[in-house]
Amino acid sequence: MITSFLALEPAYWQSTIFKLLMAFVAVLLPAGGTVYLYLFKMVSFMQSRLGPMEAGPYGSLQLVAELGKNLQKEDLIPAKADRFVYAAAPYVVLVSTFLLVLVIPFGPDATFADLDTGVFFALAVTSVSVIGILMAGWASASKYSLLGGLRAAGQLIAYELPLVLAVVGVVIQAGTLNLQGIVSAQIDGQIFGWGGIGNPFILTQFIGFFIFMVAVQAELTQTPFDMPIAESELVAGYMTEYSGFRFLMFFIGEFATANIFAFLASVLFLGGWSIPPFIADALFADGNYSNIMNFVGPLIMGGKMLVLTFIIYWVRFTYPRFREDQLQKFAWKFLIPLALVNIAVTGLLKVVFE
Amino acid sequence: MSATAAGPGSPIANDSAADHPMIDRRQLAYIAAQAADARVNVELEAEGMTLNIGPQHPATHGTLRIVARLDGEQVVDADPIMGYMHRGYEKLAEVRTYPQVTALVNRIDWLGSFANEVPFILAAEQLMGVEAPPRAQWIRTILFEMARVANITLFLGDMAVQLGAVSPVFYAFRDREHVLNQIEAATGGRFHPNFDRIGGIKDDLPAGWIAETRRSIGKIRDFTQEMEDLIIGNEIFQTRTRGIGVIPADIGLSYGMTGANIRASGVDWDLRRDTPPGQSSGLAYDQIDWKVWTHPDGDSYARYWVRLQEVREACHIIDQLLDGLPGGPIMAKVPRIIKVPAGEAYVATENPLGVMGYYVISEGGLEPFRVKIRSASFSNMSISPWLLKGTYVPDVVTILASLYFILGDIDR
Amino acid sequence: MAFGSGLVKGLGVTFKEITKTVTKGAETVQYPHQKEDPAPRARGVIALHEGNCTSCMLCVRECPDWCIYIEGHKELAPPRRAGGKPRQVNKLDRFDIDYGLCMYCGICVEVCPFEALFWSPEYEYSEPRIADLLHDKTRLSQWMETVPDFETYEAGSEAKVLKVPR
Repeated sequence: MITSFLALEPAYWQSTIFKLLMAFVAVLLPAGGTVYLYLFKMVSFMQSRLGPMEAGPYGSLQLVAELGKNLQKEDLIPAKADRFVYAAAPYVVLVSTFLLVLVIPFGPDATFADLDTGVFFALAVTSVSVIGILMAGWASASKYSLLGGLRAAGQLIAYELPLVLAVVGVVIQAGTLNLQGIVSAQIDGQIFGWGGIGNPFILTQFIGFFIFMVAVQAELTQTPFDMPIAESELVAGYMTEYSGFRFLMFFIGEFATANIFAFLASVLFLGGWSIPPFIADALFADGNYSNIMNFVGPLIMGGKMLVLTFIIYWVRFTYPRFREDQLQKFAWKFLIPLALVNIAVTGLLKVVFE
Repeated sequence: MSATAAGPGSPIANDSAADHPMIDRRQLAYIAAQAADARVNVELEAEGMTLNIGPQHPATHGTLRIVARLDGEQVVDADPIMGYMHRGYEKLAEVRTYPQVTALVNRIDWLGSFANEVPFILAAEQLMGVEAPPRAQWIRTILFEMARVANITLFLGDMAVQLGAVSPVFYAFRDREHVLNQIEAATGGRFHPNFDRIGGIKDDLPAGWIAETRRSIGKIRDFTQEMEDLIIGNEIFQTRTRGIGVIPADIGLSYGMTGANIRASGVDWDLRRDTPPGQSSGLAYDQIDWKVWTHPDGDSYARYWVRLQEVREACHIIDQLLDGLPGGPIMAKVPRIIKVPAGEAYVATENPLGVMGYYVISEGGLEPFRVKIRSASFSNMSISPWLLKGTYVPDVVTILASLYFILGDIDR
Repeated sequence: MAFGSGLVKGLGVTFKEITKTVTKGAETVQYPHQKEDPAPRARGVIALHEGNCTSCMLCVRECPDWCIYIEGHKELAPPRRAGGKPRQVNKLDRFDIDYGLCMYCGICVEVCPFEALFWSPEYEYSEPRIADLLHDKTRLSQWMETVPDFETYEAGSEAKVLKVPR
């Protein structure tokens, strides 16, 4: 991307550092933005209050205040805790977020790594966070944290399957595991012969979309699937013993992961970084499409991400939570059969209409 | 473990029991204590994990401690330990005059405070043989029902937040503010009105109060509709509460359960309607038209449902009372310094949490001789060891939330 | 799918709240930039009208917490009309209310036979030091300026509206 636009030839190490910086920006900037927008403002408006208003105009600097507050806290490690595992757990959870953002395409050339097995890689690395949560629960040496960690592990493993199966329908329809290829399939696709808005897979894969969003809600341990951090029961579950900077890592990790999943969902179901072709054809008469979209693409992805995260947090702040066994029952007895039916129907229709 | 098993350098290592009998006895006592402790630890750790729910815990309404022995996620044994908030009301009442006791007693069930004063004042009135004039009785009933509304709206939001829905509790607090503002406009205190007096009430209602109260009650009605849409109809809430914590009617009654808890098990009993004969009914329930709500299931859903209907019914009652408020004085002829004649009286009323009763023994002085407070939550909690056996840990929270106790009411 | 209608209605309720807050504003008040006015009868602080107090000690005796401290002495005041006897009056030396102990029950205001104590809805008098919560005679008299007039009563009431001595 930089090559074509700026006519530069960066060395490998230069482009790596650039990608590293961009990865931090891609993960942390939306995380900060959505924390302000949804956690401070949207939930407050939902509850007839205004949320933080004192730090900065309309409370926009509240996150900076939270950052400062958490940084200056005492670094507590419980006496009986396993020090290395306790310290490493938040970073393991964050690692899975950064690995996930590697394969998300933000523009025609704006990817960190264009893997041919992009979808497979993405779904595989989401499981790394399970290890981090188990580490946190165990190493805290507290009954509450242990209960929370075990609940989380069971839940996350149970909801991996619906997550994967929901995406299989998309892959069948797109014909490729490459995420950039999936976006292209949506741009070039046609609905009953009309290519005006391409073929965003949400229209045909609405069941898959529903299952994906539900599974994402569970993967993030958000209400109604937040037994692991059931606030009114276990204080904060596996995160109980964490304070200060380490808690901030978990917190940022949770919001960053929500955003990355929303990016992934918008790539798989909403057409990713693209705008509907009939608008694109009107705006870009000449061949500058690729270059402009490399800069506009991330913004469009951001917009689609905001819509999807709105849904995630809207559901989170409205519903009560499931009990652990009801949660498991919902995954195994409802979501997985539904996803399998979706795959079967998609495969059938693909053969019929090809 | 023998008394001579001491390491080198220990002061008793080279001494025999005969030379230092004191040390030997102390050592023996220490060892015996250790052994007893070990036995206790072994007992507690025998089956699974012992989990302390509380005394500092978001799920318990105050400082309640439940020592639960768990087998995986199931509770094998649950032992509630109350008393962390004991403030000695019954002892205090022996050395305080009747107005002072009235002021203190507000703080037992602090969410529906006016309701705590009513049975006490009725008991004192019964001893004195006075009856409050009709206007005072009606205003007393209005404030009693407003205390019920204030108390139970908090429950409606609070049970939701115990189950994970964070928004309804804000609606509960927001709409409850209107009721509290009205209580403040009439009595001067939002939470602790201290308004009831022997022979009537302290002061009359300010102008414009009735119209404003009607508006506040309208907002509470909208709130109950919101709760019905947001919580009762919510499938997740139903999955969490239906069939959880079922209390059969006879077992509930044998444990002394009262209030909405027992009405949710199908028992049609409400002291507002079924005032025992001989007890002065200093309230106006027999002069208006209202209904007692019951539910046959007896599970946590039924308890939530019954309380939701009770709030609606309370709004209906308040509207009728405001419509038909008689004129007249608000205080009967009582002396300035009140000396209650000797005797005993027990008066129980249907408070928001259940049946609250005061057994007042007077010896003719300025102060009662003895006040025994029968608080609803204490008896409601007594069922918890039986009820919590065999439930899952998340269900423990649901059940405790649905029983709705206030620590001040349990511990007094 | 029966499993759905309640969930959707719930989402509708919270979305309605969001739009209501965005268009009509929140229900909360941004204290200290905005302040709500408490009711005139609100029990905020007790004000003393020194002229009426005769140090009868009724309020001291009736307070459940014994948070009122009164010291007074008797003086001979000049007779009301010429040729009469000098009369004995009680003069207040000290009238303190400890708001660290006060329960805001109102018994002192109620039992005062000479109408020397009044309620005021003022509530912003918190102090960094607990000792400063003891309001002395001067401070209590200053609170008299904040005491609102007694309100008129609802129709049907037989109570008479009292006047606040100014």
